[in-house]
This record gives sequence, structure tokens and C-alpha cells, in this order.
Amino acid sequence: MDLASLPLLSLVVFIPLVAAVILLFVGRAYESLMRTIALVFMLLDLAASAAVYYFFDASSAAMQMTEYHVWVPTWGISYKLGIDGISLFLVLLTGLLGPIVILASWDDIKYRVKEFLISLLVLQTGMMGVFVSLDLFLFYVFWEVMLIPMYLLIGVWGNPARKLYAAIKFVLYTIVGSLLMLVAILVLYLMAGSTSGEYTFDLLKLYEFPVPIYAQVWMFLAFFLAFAIKVPMFPFHTWLPDAHTEAPTVGSVVLAAVLLKMGTYGFIRFAIPLFPNAAIDSTWWIMVLALIGIIYGAWVAMVQVDVKRLVAFSSVSHLGFVMLGMFAFNVRGVEGSILQMINHGLSTGALFLIVGIIYERRHTRLIEDYGGISRVMPLFAVFFMIFTLSSIGLPGLNGFVGEFLILLGTFEVHPWFAVLAATGVIFAAVYMLWMFQRVMFGPLTNPKNIGLKDLNYREIVVLAPLVIFVVWIGVYPDTFLKPMEPSVKQFLKQVEVKKAAVLDQESGKKLTALKLAVQNQSQSAANDR
Amino acid sequence: MISLPEIAFAGILPELLLCAAGMVILVVGWFVRRSVLAMSCAVSIAGIVAALIANYPLRFTQNSAFSNMLAVDAYSWFLNIVILIAAALTILMSVRYLEDEGIEMYEYFVLVLFAAAGMMFMVGGNHILMIYIGLETLSISIYILVGGLPESIKSKEAAMKYLILGGFASGMFLYGAALLFGAAGTLTLSGIAKYFLAGQVSLLAKAGMGLLLVGFCFKISAVPFHMWTPDVYDGAPTPLTAFMSVGVKAAAFAAFVRVFFEALSQFQVNWTQVLWVLAVLTMILGNVAALVQENIKRMLAYSSIAHAGYILIGMIAGGKAGLSGVLYYLLAYTFTNLGAFGIVALVGRKGEARIMLEDYRGLGNSNPLLAVAMAIFMFSLAGIPPTAGFIGKFTIFSAALAQGYIWLVIIAVLTSMVSVFYYFRVIMKMYMEAPETQPAALQFSPATAAALIISTAGVLYIGLFPTTYLGLALESVKPLF
Repeated sequence: MDLASLPLLSLVVFIPLVAAVILLFVGRAYESLMRTIALVFMLLDLAASAAVYYFFDASSAAMQMTEYHVWVPTWGISYKLGIDGISLFLVLLTGLLGPIVILASWDDIKYRVKEFLISLLVLQTGMMGVFVSLDLFLFYVFWEVMLIPMYLLIGVWGNPARKLYAAIKFVLYTIVGSLLMLVAILVLYLMAGSTSGEYTFDLLKLYEFPVPIYAQVWMFLAFFLAFAIKVPMFPFHTWLPDAHTEAPTVGSVVLAAVLLKMGTYGFIRFAIPLFPNAAIDSTWWIMVLALIGIIYGAWVAMVQVDVKRLVAFSSVSHLGFVMLGMFAFNVRGVEGSILQMINHGLSTGALFLIVGIIYERRHTRLIEDYGGISRVMPLFAVFFMIFTLSSIGLPGLNGFVGEFLILLGTFEVHPWFAVLAATGVIFAAVYMLWMFQRVMFGPLTNPKNIGLKDLNYREIVVLAPLVIFVVWIGVYPDTFLKPMEPSVKQFLKQVEVKKAAVLDQESGKKLTALKLAVQNQSQSAANDR
Repeated sequence: MISLPEIAFAGILPELLLCAAGMVILVVGWFVRRSVLAMSCAVSIAGIVAALIANYPLRFTQNSAFSNMLAVDAYSWFLNIVILIAAALTILMSVRYLEDEGIEMYEYFVLVLFAAAGMMFMVGGNHILMIYIGLETLSISIYILVGGLPESIKSKEAAMKYLILGGFASGMFLYGAALLFGAAGTLTLSGIAKYFLAGQVSLLAKAGMGLLLVGFCFKISAVPFHMWTPDVYDGAPTPLTAFMSVGVKAAAFAAFVRVFFEALSQFQVNWTQVLWVLAVLTMILGNVAALVQENIKRMLAYSSIAHAGYILIGMIAGGKAGLSGVLYYLLAYTFTNLGAFGIVALVGRKGEARIMLEDYRGLGNSNPLLAVAMAIFMFSLAGIPPTAGFIGKFTIFSAALAQGYIWLVIIAVLTSMVSVFYYFRVIMKMYMEAPETQPAALQFSPATAAALIISTAGVLYIGLFPTTYLGLALESVKPLF
């Protein structure tokens, strides 16, 4: 059978769900069988996303491999999937992390394995679905579906002390944003429908609809809130340190690597193209918030005593960069922003794995309990070092390329923002290296650390693929930038065109109003005569 | 010679079949000594299935029976189905419950069937007195059922409260009807509509309209007429609470919509404003009060108040979209709430000893399937996709937005955010908190299992593939316009 004719995107989305359904019927006692099934299906999912990459036409900016089925025709809801240069690598990243998290949790999770694996698999479906939906309703469904497994991951397998607080905080924050977004989606749907006569949730059709500016502002704010909470942007970030710290290792990995990207992806796919005028008008304050996030996140990370919390705060800082680049609205900035989403996924995901590995051995996350670990775990030290440097943005590793492009793009439009943001890179070096130094170097003072075992094969297999990509992106980013470029250019053009169209429409309205006024005046003048 | 009006039994065949089944149980129950509950259950279910079949032709008709007392149309058809489903699921869940409580009372089933018939008369009522008779039939049956737990003082207290307050509300309703009759000279809905259309509306009629509104709001438990709800829901036998929260609500909403849209649509602008305020109060009070409940029955009682608020939004939006939203929501809510209460009944066990939220600790461990079902019901109540509850909220909100009620929808959305907290608390208890003592696995009876499977499947199925049901709801509101 011809591979290209398969509904690849549907496969990517639903393979994990199939595994989840199969697991429902596997007996509770067969834990390793369940893990194997989950792993195999995650690998299949990875293979399917690799096939998507293989068949992806890098020179085209259009939505590819689109699938379309009518779902609820009365409301113009369809099952519409598609992928372009913007979502391609996010899908690949999600696919790559699928098997990694299953492997990483192999020895970690011993309690209610079945539910754990099902949650991970359903989560995978939700995340993939968000990245490939081209229908606002479908997108919203996947968006909410994601919430439940993540809630369970934090609340059931999290750190017993504060997991309930963290879980409910995560849910409430997310729900606030997404429900208001739902209202905005509905208003957009009704507005576009009543103007064009065709009621539809089809994203590509809604792209075409010029939303009046006053409405754009409100709808953009609703979308902004939903996505800014997810990113998370300062000051909506307070759920993140709690959720990250209390979640089990793989929960933090998925949360950092993929879930946070939902927010930034939401901006680039939905909020900005749908409401370009409001988005561009908001540039300055969003950039200010991003900047605060970068610097504040870095400062707070510096004073953390808990490794996991430190990495969590570094996410706030890194995602500030992503937002900054996106709102530069030029090719470099936006490409850097997308690349940085991937980079953050790889390196922060990896750092959470690293923290998880050492936590599994020592059951503490406090920096002061460690010191001199590199003597007992040399291999671990190597991996840790690579990811630390990647997170800092050392040239030759992935973080550098993304941050560099973002700073370059930002500098072109707002030099001062770029200058201030660059300090974030310096602070990153400070908090990461300082943490690394305190954990890995120095004398082995704590006797409990002496007998620590180095990485086993499973852990190496978990970390190695991430290292490959970290280096690959750092050394030859073109593999990743090329397929993005047409889509990014199209995105920018689309924003420009739509913005102009809306302005035209507004001035057209004003013009006709003016004409009418003039006519009335001349008429009344004529009457007077 | 007095000419008798034409008697069209075909129009009330479903109701007649229910009553007949009730009578059969009454007679046979006297003779059967052993397994009287199983017999009653079987006969009731048979009666309900027969009624469902007899109900089918209503979908395609649009006329009235008994000199315009009863409407026989698609609107009745849809709501009859909702009521019959509610009755069937209630009966399936009740057998086990009654066995546990040691109540060998076949009258219980008879009363449930009679109440359902009353609800159906209320739904079909084309004349205010007809609606009143339906209302009283169902109310009186339910007053008795609420007090049905012989050993429980709480149950007696609930029955007493419900009787007094319900009687008061019925009085209001009847008084309103009398005033309307005084003004319009008729109580048929079309007659009242004609009177209002003619223009000269007296103060009497307006007062009558207000009193009718109060009567209905009492039955749907909208704030500030909700005071009875938590106590009565808490005190009543749990399967019956489920029936009340779904069936009574559906019937009351159905009649509410029919009266106000057929007879009083001339005044829509005025009563919509009143409903706006009531809906906002209902949603806020219902959800906020539910937050602090430790007793799950009380929590679900407040949640059902809150849901009345959401359904009111559909009425406020009006039009085909809003009203079909109301119907769909009622269907979705039927499956969801019956399922949730079914589990509450099951977990409650003998004497309803375990109805606190604390008792749900560790349910995910001891009864994984039950916990999954409960989680699905909670997600549906909270309006999280892909469940029926989400589609219900979605329909109603989009209808209201289309009519420009943007603030109403924003308030609704914010209050449903509040609701997420207490619905998720149940899930938290089930999955995330370790119990002090490991609870034993609960025993299902086949009937209970069937009821829960049907509700779960219903919630998921009409949530994932809502098209057909939305279409049906849309068809069913056509007779009102």
C-alpha cells in the first residue's frame, strides 16, 4: 500500500489513543507488558510523524496532507487536519518525546502503571491533535482533552506533599483562559458567519474574514489570556513552578517540552493571524511582558534552592524569548521563535529528565544535598553538561541558534528590547552554571552521594536522541529552518495583507460614512435653497 | 344532550401505557410475595418501553387532543423521550437501592410511573389547567416518594419541606392562572396569546404572568426560589433525587418554555429581562454554594441549581437555536446527572451512610470502572469535551451569543470555571487521595450496571456525535413557532 495515501496525520493523532484503548483490556498485573505496548505504539507514532516529515514538501507554504471530514454539519464543524512548516517540527518533537517519556518512566512509576500509561497516551493524542487541527472547534476539543491527563499526572503521581494544590491550580488557570477563548471563538464564528453567510469553524476560511478592529481587540485579549497562561507569560506564570515541581519527572518533561508550546503555537497559529491588527497594536506591551518574563524568570531561577524549581523558572525566561521573537514580526524573529520552541522542548525536557534521574537515586532535589557528583557519575555529568550548555545557548548547540535569531530579529525592529533581552542570556549562564557547579563539582561532602550509580543503558537510550538533536540543530540548523521558511514568510505576509484589508475596510466604512454625511449636507443645503 | 369532545386516546397512549403499567404493579404486587421488586421493575420497564414505542408517532404529528387541552407534537415527543429515559434509568437504579434499604415497596415503582405520566401531561399541556394537573400529579407522587425512607428522619423532613413549599408554589401557579383567566377569559395557550396580541393587556394579566413565572421557577429551582432544593435532594432516597433533578426539571422547563413562548411571547422582551437576572443569580449562587459542600448529594443539588441557570440562558436566547439548545441540554443533563446520582446511590450503601465527599477517597483503586464513569459524569457536568455536557453548554452559549447576550455568556463561562473546582474535587478524592481504610469493592446488580452503562454511553455518544440529536432538537422546537 502506498504510504503517502494513508491519512498520516490522523494516524499520528490517534495511534496513541488506540494503545490507550488496548491497555484498558490488559490485566493490571502485566506491568511490563503494558509498558511495552505503550512503548511500541509511541514508537509507531514516532514513525508516523517521521513519515509526515518524509512526505512533507519543504518548498511549499500551504497546509499539507490535509484531511477533511464533516463532523457536525449543522454548525459547520469539520474534522480538518493539516500541517505546515510551523507545526511540522512541533509534531516531530512531540513524536520524539513519546517513546522517551515511556522509557524514562519505566522504573520511576510503580504505582497504578496502567492509568499512568493511559494518561500519557491520551495526552499524546491531545497534543498532536492541537498541533494539526485546522478547525477551531476541533482544536478546542483537543485543547481541553489535554487538560485531563495532565491534571491526573500531576495529581496522582506527583509529589505527595503539594500535588493536589499544584494540580488544581494548573486546571483552574488553564480553564479560565480556555473558557474565555471559547467565548471569543463563538463570537468570531457568529460574526464571520453572519457577514459571509457561511457559518464555519474552518480556520483557513476564518483567516480570510477581516474582523472589525473593535472586536479584534476583545477577541485577541481572550485568546491572549488563554495562550499567555499556557506559555506562561509573566504575570500568568505562577502555576508553572508549582506544576513542574510537583509533577512526576515525565509529567514535567511533557509539560515543559510540549504543553508550554501550545501557548506559543496558539499565538502563531490562531491569535495573530486571526486578529492581526490587535496583535500588532499590542506588540509593545506583549514585548514588555516577554522581557519582564526573561529577566524576572532568570533572577528568580538564580535564587532557587531546588533544582527542579530552578529549571522551571528557567522555562519562564526561555519562553519570554520565544514571545519576543514572535512579536518582532520579521522572518528571523519568527523563525528563531519557532526554533526556540523546539530547542526549549529538547533541552528543558532533557534537564527535567536529568533531574529525574538523580532524584530517583537520592530522593532529594535540593542543591545543597549534592556536590561532587561528577566524580561518581561521570557519564551523567557529560549529559548534564551538554544540556546545561544547550540551555544557556552555547554556540554550536541548539539554544544559541534560536536565541541568536530572536535577538537579531528583535534588534532590527526594537534595538533596546534586544539589548535588554540579551542580559537574560547572561543571567542564564549565571544560574545554570552556578547550579551545575554546586551539584556536580567540588568535594563529595555528603556521604549519601558516594555510592551513586552512573547511568544505565535505559537512561542512556533516553538521553542520547536528545543529544543528537541538540547538536544537530546547533551545527546545521538549516535542516530545520528550511522547511519553516515558506510558512513563516506566508504567515508574515498573511498578517500584513489581512491587517491592510481590515484597515481598508475600516477606512472604507469611514469613507462611506463621510460620503453619506456630505450627501446629506448638500441635500439639506439644496432643500434650504 | 351534552356533546362530548372527541376522545383521541392515540394522543395520550404513552401516558396511558405508563399508568396501565402502574396499575398492573398495584394489582399484581398484592399477590406476589417474593421478589416483588424484580417483578415491579420488570413491569415498569416493559411499560416504559411500550410508552417509548407509542410515543414514536408523535414525532410526525402536530395536532391537539381533547379539545385542545393537550398538544400532540414533536416537542412533546422529544421531552417524553427524555422523561421516559429518566424514569427507566431511575427504576433500574432503584431496585438495588430498595433492596439495600430493605424496602419491599412495589408502590415506589407505581409512584415513579405516575410521576412520569404527570410529567408527560405537563409537557404536552396546551392549556394551563392541563399543565397544572400534570404538575400536581407529578408533585404529589414525588412528595410521597421523598418521604419514602421509613427509618430516616431526614427523608421525612425533606418530604415535609417539599410538600409545604411545593404546595405554596402550586398555589402561586394556580393564582397566576386564575388572574390570567380573569384577564383573558381563557386558559388555552393560543387563547392567551390572542389576548396578548390584541394589545389591551391589563395589570391583572401581567400579575398572572409573574405568578406563573414564580411557579415555574420554583419547580426548576432557580434562585431565589431554590431554597428547598438542597434539603429535599439531600433527604430523598438517592435514585429519586436523580429522578427529581432530571425529570421534574425537564418537565418544568418544557412547560415553562411552551407557556412563555406560545402564550406570552408578546411580552418576551419583558420576561427575558427578568430571566436574565434570575439566570445570573442562579448560576452564581448555585456554583458558589456548591464549592463548600462536603456532602455529595448537597453538592449535586447546588450543581443542579446552577445547571438550571445555564438552561435559562437557552430560554433567554430564545428562537429555534436557543430552545433546541434547551432540549439538547436537558437530554445531556439527563444522562449525566442520572449517572452521577446512580453512583452516589451505589457508593452510599445501606442507610446512605457514605454520602460525604470523603467517602470517595480511593474509589479509583477499589472500583476503577465506577471511578472512570464518575469522572466522565463530572467532566460532562463541568462541560469539558468530548462529553455531552460540553456540547450542551456550547449550543446554549452560541445561541445566546448570536442574540448578543455577551455578558450573560461571560458570566456563565466564569461560573462554570468555578464549577470545575468542585467537580474536579470529586475526581481528586477518587484518584489522588489515599483512603484511611481501603474501601471494599462495591457489588453491582445487573440493573444498576445497565443503568450506569447506558448513562455513560449516552454521555459520550451524544457528546461525540451530536449532529443527529441537535437536528432532532431543532425539529422538535418547530411546533412552538
